[in-house]
Amino acid sequence: MMARLKSWEGMLALLFVLTFAGNVILAPEFLTVQNQINLFQLSVEKIIVALVMTLIIINAEIDLSVASVMGLSACAFGYMFTNGWPAGLAIAVCLGIGLVAGLINALLIARAGIPSLVVTLAMLIGFRGFARVLVKDQSMGNFPDWFTFLGQDALIGPFPLSLILFVVLLIGLGILLHRTGFGRQIVVIGTNAEVARFSGLNVARVKTILFLMSGFIAALAGLLYAARLGSVRGDAGTGFELDIITMVLLGGVSIFGGKGSMTGVVLSILIILNLRNGMALTNITGHLQTGVIGILLIASVLIPNLSNDLRARRAKT
Amino acid sequence: MIAKIHPQTLRIIALFVALLATILFFSTQIDSYLSPRMFTRISTSAAVILPIAVGQAIVVMTRNIDLSVGSTVGMVAYLTGQFLGLHPDLNPLLVALLAMGIGAFMGAINGVLVSWGRVPSIIVTLGTLALYRSFLVQYSDAKTITTASLPQWIVDLPQANAFSLFGLDVRVTVVLALSAAVAMGLALTRLRAARRFYAVGSNPDAAMMAGINSAMVIFTAFVLSGAFAGLSGLIFLAKFGNITVVAGMGFELKAVAAVVVGGVSILGGSGSMIGVVIGCVLVDTIDNSLTRWELVSEFWRDALLGMLIMAAVTVDTVMSRSLGRLGAKKGAA
Repeated sequence: MMARLKSWEGMLALLFVLTFAGNVILAPEFLTVQNQINLFQLSVEKIIVALVMTLIIINAEIDLSVASVMGLSACAFGYMFTNGWPAGLAIAVCLGIGLVAGLINALLIARAGIPSLVVTLAMLIGFRGFARVLVKDQSMGNFPDWFTFLGQDALIGPFPLSLILFVVLLIGLGILLHRTGFGRQIVVIGTNAEVARFSGLNVARVKTILFLMSGFIAALAGLLYAARLGSVRGDAGTGFELDIITMVLLGGVSIFGGKGSMTGVVLSILIILNLRNGMALTNITGHLQTGVIGILLIASVLIPNLSNDLRARRAKT
Repeated sequence: MIAKIHPQTLRIIALFVALLATILFFSTQIDSYLSPRMFTRISTSAAVILPIAVGQAIVVMTRNIDLSVGSTVGMVAYLTGQFLGLHPDLNPLLVALLAMGIGAFMGAINGVLVSWGRVPSIIVTLGTLALYRSFLVQYSDAKTITTASLPQWIVDLPQANAFSLFGLDVRVTVVLALSAAVAMGLALTRLRAARRFYAVGSNPDAAMMAGINSAMVIFTAFVLSGAFAGLSGLIFLAKFGNITVVAGMGFELKAVAAVVVGGVSILGGSGSMIGVVIGCVLVDTIDNSLTRWELVSEFWRDALLGMLIMAAVTVDTVMSRSLGRLGAKKGAA
């Protein structure tokens, strides 16, 4: 089992080197610190959410509502600020909205026992709907300078706030998943929730915490998105769930739960960022890029399945 | 007395009452709501969604989901429209076959990946949702199919009346969509082969023991879903005439809403076509009425749709659980 995971990560590392080298060949100026930071910053909201999604998928659940929570948080900020609320208070309320969104998901999934796929699909529509109710077909902007500064400019050294948050979250969640009892519980429940329950683990509590985290971080990512773009629209973040889930699954996290590592997800994030950058350099447009991500998503589950089949067949003969 | 009525029947009655209540409510809010024009508006709009909902229902019965149908509708509408522009003399029946064939092919890709690649349907169809759409954008080169390029019969189709009932005009497209639901409904209740969709969805292990080839059944469900999405694509093409690359975007969510509200259990194994038809009409009635309701902004549509789905699923889960408990008690006594 470990060997399989290692070889997947080995392949990811190779893919990363290839995409990175491709970018350097296509555009030699790619190799500056500023360009590397830009590369991250263009997708930083997605990669932050992908870290929490990793825990959720390892737990054998899924959260399809993240992009809509991001949109709702960004739009709520725009709405409150445009209506004269102080920005600081608006930020706090937005993070609160994220927690409430996570709580609604958590109650329906962990307490009522409805599959997360269905709950979060309904919430994908619902939360996006509320975002539209708030901003209608307008675009809201004119945010205070300090807010857009936090979203766009370097805070410490060359690093913007969003990138620092990503690194802090990566280390924190990596330790949580791989080094703590709670992390073990996430994996055990993801492997077999029934067994976990009979072993005395509080399955509902673990799932509740995870979905609360997901809602909160998605709302935070939505605020970062608003700050980076400087304005919000009702469709902010639409379709981001595709990229986010692809990053996680390509990273070797099993969609069936119980398996996966932060290292793999980080490698897969690096690959997707470099791939998107490379495609942009070769004039491959946004829509075709989305198609490529779609293929990657399917392939990242299909290929391990097929290679398992092959191994099983070889073992038989 | 009530205990004698089958829970599924009870559900259909409850759904029907909800639909009547919705119509009654909006008739007090919107001027000249109960008019033949409103009937035509809602029925023709539901006719676009109904075939996808029928296909989605079959897929959901087998414990899967098909999120790619919106992209399939767009692709079929575009390709069929383009083909019709080049060959305007094509027999309408062949055109329908072509549309459903393209859809079935796209459904088959999903089916192969789910059944034999063993990739969960949510992942496959989330991927093909993006893939089919990006293929369409690339293929069409952002060009639009226009009404002017289409033969006259398909342009006239949405206004064509099949028959009139009590002064209400029933359009041909509505009859087309309804016949898809009726055909599938008859098959599901009368045909042994179609019962397998229920068998695989309600208990995959038992289905395997009974010698049912689950992979084949699930594959068939996806092919049907694609073919019905193809029919929707054709109706969409006729209704709107001008097809851009965003055609059918978001339809998958409406179809899932119609199916879940219509009482098809998301856990698989149960559901009826009557429920799907009423669910579809209910979702479209709410959708169309909200745009004309002055008190509430039309931007509430999606928010309400999401809450409606959630309410339907919650009621469904709670109901089936208490029914299960009831059954367990009876067994113990």
